[in-house]
Amino acid sequence: MAQISLRNEADEVRQSSGLASIAADLSSDQRAFKNVSWGKAMMWIFLLSDTFVFSCFLISYMTARMSTTEPWPNPSEVFALEIGGTSFPLLLIAIMTFVLISSSGTMAMAVNYGYRRERVTAAVLMLATAVLGAAFVGMQAFEWTKLIHEGVRPWENPWGAPQFGSSFFMITGFHGTHVTFGVIFLIAIARKVLRGDFDTGRRGFFTSRKGNYESVEIMGLYWHFVDLVWVFIFAFFYLW
Amino acid sequence: MTHVATHDDAQHPIRLYFVVWGWLFVLSTCSYLVDYFHLQGHLRYSLILLFMMLKAGLIVAVFMHMAWERLTLVYAILLPIGAVLVFVAIMVLESDYTLLSRTLHPGLP
Repeated sequence: MAQISLRNEADEVRQSSGLASIAADLSSDQRAFKNVSWGKAMMWIFLLSDTFVFSCFLISYMTARMSTTEPWPNPSEVFALEIGGTSFPLLLIAIMTFVLISSSGTMAMAVNYGYRRERVTAAVLMLATAVLGAAFVGMQAFEWTKLIHEGVRPWENPWGAPQFGSSFFMITGFHGTHVTFGVIFLIAIARKVLRGDFDTGRRGFFTSRKGNYESVEIMGLYWHFVDLVWVFIFAFFYLW
Repeated sequence: MTHVATHDDAQHPIRLYFVVWGWLFVLSTCSYLVDYFHLQGHLRYSLILLFMMLKAGLIVAVFMHMAWERLTLVYAILLPIGAVLVFVAIMVLESDYTLLSRTLHPGLP
């Protein structure tokens, strides 16, 4: 990577000693995250801001659930799926969880193959990630349809506290939107990888700049974040 | 880690990702079983939180490469999340107060 050439020995010494290295980085000239590219640093900062957005949704859900005097609908029963007369609690949600985790696995491998410059493998793995992501959104659409048919609305539901519906639609809807945008960007980056843009130095349509395989890693950061958010939604909304 | 500064993703063997993937499957199954076996009370909540934190840690550390990232970036991203915990504490107190008011004065909105 190009950033490596920017390092020098003093840099290395600073890095080796914990908090002192952080103080040195932050008090140094021009750039704090020395060998981290601006693209990666900005994606992380965006993800931090997105963490706050999702935190606000989950905290407002917590506040609604803790402060209501009406019983909260039991998610284990609400999200149960009936197959052949037997009712499985949270079955669809469990499948969605496994699908999203698998998509994270394929994404992590796509990043790895990208840096190995095996562009076809990387692109295929990214497209597999996109397919799994689309499957996730499809299952979520199925779940929404099922709940709406059962009478769940943002202002009421048949089982208890009316805030259940608004929390559910807000949290899963915002997450599903993230997955959808992730799928779109995955396809866009996979196309660039497959065409060999990052090998030939072809300039981007919007940016007119040459890209590199770090784009795959930055795309991966976003995708893993979407998976990460689902871990928290699964724990706090579905299991709690 | 010795290769902190010279991080190059190609150094990680693919096997690492399969191992983490497998662990994420195991942990997800465990958290699903918490619900399946109808565990209740403190055991349920502590297990849910435990499996959640382990999964989140694996995703952030390995899949998002945080374990090999420059320390300054790690702290810049992870420390602010502590503010979320403060917010949670504030809203727990607020919710308790709201619930108390609603219980003591049932007629009021």
